Amino acid sequence: MYQTIKIIIDGKECIAKKGQYIVEAAKENNIYIPTLCNIEGVKPKGACRICTVKVNGRLMTACTTPVAEGMSIESESAELTDLRRSIIELLFVEGNHFCPACEKSGECILQALAYRYSVMAPRFPFMFPIRELDASNPKIIKDHNRCVLCKRCIRVIKDDEGKNIFAFKKRGHKVEIIVDPESADKFTDELAEKAMEICPVGAILVKGKGFKKPIGQRKYDLMPIGSDIEKVSKSKKAVL
Amino acid sequence: MMGATVDTILSKYRHDSTRLMDILIDVQDEKSCISDDTVKEIAKGLKISMADVEQTLSFYHFFSKTPTGKYTVYLNDSVVAFMMGREKIAKAFEEAVGCKFGEVTADGLIGLFNTSCIGMNDQEPAAIINNRVFTRLTPFRVKELVKDMKAGKDIDEMYSAKTGDGNNSHELVHSVVNNHIRKEGPILKTDVRQGEIIEKITKMTPEEVIKEIKDSNIRGRGGAGFPTGLKWEFCRRAPGKQKYIFCNADEGEPGTFKDRVILTEKAKLLFEGMTMAGYAVGATQGILYLRYEYKYLQKYLEDVIEKAEKAGWLGKNIGGRKNFEFYIRIQFGAGAYVCGEESALIESAEGKRGEPRDRPPFPVEKGYLECPTVVNNVETLCAAVKIMKYGSEWYKSLGTAESTGTKVLSISGDCFHPGVYEIEWGFTINNILDMVAGFNVQAVQVGGPSGALIAPNEFDRILGYEDLATGGSLIIFNESRNILKDVVLNFTEFFIEESCGSCSTCRILPVVMKDKLVKILNGLGVTRDIDDLLEWGKILKASRCGLGQTAANPITSSINNFRHLYTSLLKTKKDYETGFDLNLAVQEACEATNRIANV
Ligand SMILES: Cc1cc2nc3c(=O)[nH]c(=O)nc-3n(C[C@H](O)[C@H](O)[C@H](O)COP(=O)(O)O)c2cc1C
Ligand code: SF4
Ligand code: SF4
Repeated sequence: MYQTIKIIIDGKECIAKKGQYIVEAAKENNIYIPTLCNIEGVKPKGACRICTVKVNGRLMTACTTPVAEGMSIESESAELTDLRRSIIELLFVEGNHFCPACEKSGECILQALAYRYSVMAPRFPFMFPIRELDASNPKIIKDHNRCVLCKRCIRVIKDDEGKNIFAFKKRGHKVEIIVDPESADKFTDELAEKAMEICPVGAILVKGKGFKKPIGQRKYDLMPIGSDIEKVSKSKKAVL
Repeated sequence: MMGATVDTILSKYRHDSTRLMDILIDVQDEKSCISDDTVKEIAKGLKISMADVEQTLSFYHFFSKTPTGKYTVYLNDSVVAFMMGREKIAKAFEEAVGCKFGEVTADGLIGLFNTSCIGMNDQEPAAIINNRVFTRLTPFRVKELVKDMKAGKDIDEMYSAKTGDGNNSHELVHSVVNNHIRKEGPILKTDVRQGEIIEKITKMTPEEVIKEIKDSNIRGRGGAGFPTGLKWEFCRRAPGKQKYIFCNADEGEPGTFKDRVILTEKAKLLFEGMTMAGYAVGATQGILYLRYEYKYLQKYLEDVIEKAEKAGWLGKNIGGRKNFEFYIRIQFGAGAYVCGEESALIESAEGKRGEPRDRPPFPVEKGYLECPTVVNNVETLCAAVKIMKYGSEWYKSLGTAESTGTKVLSISGDCFHPGVYEIEWGFTINNILDMVAGFNVQAVQVGGPSGALIAPNEFDRILGYEDLATGGSLIIFNESRNILKDVVLNFTEFFIEESCGSCSTCRILPVVMKDKLVKILNGLGVTRDIDDLLEWGKILKASRCGLGQTAANPITSSINNFRHLYTSLLKTKKDYETGFDLNLAVQEACEATNRIANV
């Protein structure tokens, strides 16, 4: 049995389970806190920082911070909304994201967040990095141009002995995702599909499967990100 | 270890993947690189994937997949190194060796590499060659050194001067590094007999020991300033059979070198402090996390540990007391400033990339191998021993009401007496400048790049948690220095180089801000750019650890305190300027076609 506690999110009193993460508690109270690197049920990593909230006045990531009795959480303030927008913009300028030509368009969390947060032109100059498109694996294509380094693939995709297949290489702005050189024959169709699905953007693609579902019928084509949690009608506009 | 195979190295660490750092360090030392084949062998031996080995390996500056040369030169590129003539030294190396920095000679004899601050700011320019430190280099010395390398001389035979002061001349250290202890206080003074404090505390309960430390109000000396007694208490109370004491000797903040001096001269005191912390929290294992740059101290420190074990001050039944058990081992880093952050340090000690963890949980609850862990700075642990000797009341009589005790400072830059000074908290910057003889001072960087750049109108501010808190690095710049180009840009590049890359903010924004700074330096800035920099700096506060949270400080604190330096560079009255310089963009093409860039 879990213990229920009271917390406050943006002035609203909420009931939460002791020890659950703030994002989960918010979700159960129909409050959407945006996330990108987070995956339900998998140990959080706090990489993208988009879920940043203020807990008793301090900046914390909602995906990694457990709720505690009496916690006062600020999430949708003008300051935090702008912070989140700026982080989304940073991810756009860091890579090469050409949404109209991307296989993941409509299913991409980064794109969906940009719509929700009304990102028009980023305030930061584009970095236009020169990055590789790696098609050496028989099952998947890795497009480094679109990788947002969220570590989802590292955390979720393992081989049948539980070993990592994906990993980070180098550090700082030189970080890139690598695929284990010995993993080629470990990629079953199933694992490849799972990898593509777990990637929030179009950086992991299953060969020949990019447009299985037509554009226009995809997840975020139908309803804005977060609207399922907020339980609002499709027509709710993006914030601000 | 000469002649060790990968297999014997793996066996030495019992095929334990949490010892991957040690394994990679031994392999690198043995083979001068860690090739793909070796990665495969290690992965197989540890039952992890090659990608796993690769992700740790590629994180650390001192690991390399290609040979780094029979002689590997790492030349410090900190701000102070440049102030002391690094450029001439680098040029001399390149000329004498015949290759550029970042390269190895065709015959594989010599490799030249840059590296972040190596903790020798008081004796720059300095370089590490095959784990030996060479200080106060001159172009002449460089030629001599390269000649020696070409003659195949043993590294220890390449010193031209006598070995340094104090234990630097100890046969197990044998180094030309100097301590430069210029002001001794209670911590640096030698007045504790080995074992004295262990005898004292074993007559007390662990709770009494913690209370004494708490009563002294001492706060952590590594920079974050967390109350030490409270940290020990949290760890003592945390459930868990096995607990650990880490001593943080990563000392990576540019301009800090006092821990190096304490390690050289006060190792016994430090190990007694760790043992005492172990007694207080109920830990039996201590780990000294030592930056790779200080590898030259390894033999000496291991010897001190071994002798303490023989004398009964470490090991089982310490001081003759049953059930008091404590061991210490050294864990080396491999070149990553972020590993000084306590949770990154723990990750690194577990054989992983030095990526800070999300908190909570804090190390005192879940640290090394998921066990409750105390991480304390070198100086904190030494101070704790002195508090036990003289009492918390005595300690509180030193310093200020809010900042009790003394602080060991590392002072470098433009002054006559760079070195290590132990002062009471409460000194003003003016007091410091009088003490070290700094003249025509334009600015003082307090607390390293992550601290603040202070202007003369604020030199009456005091060092202490109530005003200017610092881990101890002070760098002085005189009026001849170009603050923005030589200091702020260098510091910003340092953060870019050292970010672990995990947070989007810290990975991307410092690069964006650096580009903007360069735009201003190139005379293409507008007022809006300065405002943008201040505004963008705030975004970094959403980063996971102190590195990202302070990465904008060099830029924002110089804008706040030296705004005129920025505005004087704004050549254009325009509201907006792309920063694109067409002449610069076509320069290369023009040079190739023998034309003058003038579009
Ligand atoms: C990027 C970064 C680097 C750090 N480097 C060091 C270091 O080299 N030495 C140190 O003692 N503390 C360092 N710290 C602070 C540690 O995280 C930690 O607070 C400290 O080791 C705790 O010991 P103390 O309480 O005795 O100061 C660093 C923190 C950050 C964020
Ligand atoms: S490949 Fe996809 S899942 Fe993996 S880090 Fe990049 S964006 Fe995230
Ligand atoms: S702030 Fe920077 S160094 Fe710290 S965890 Fe984040 S990316 Fe790594």
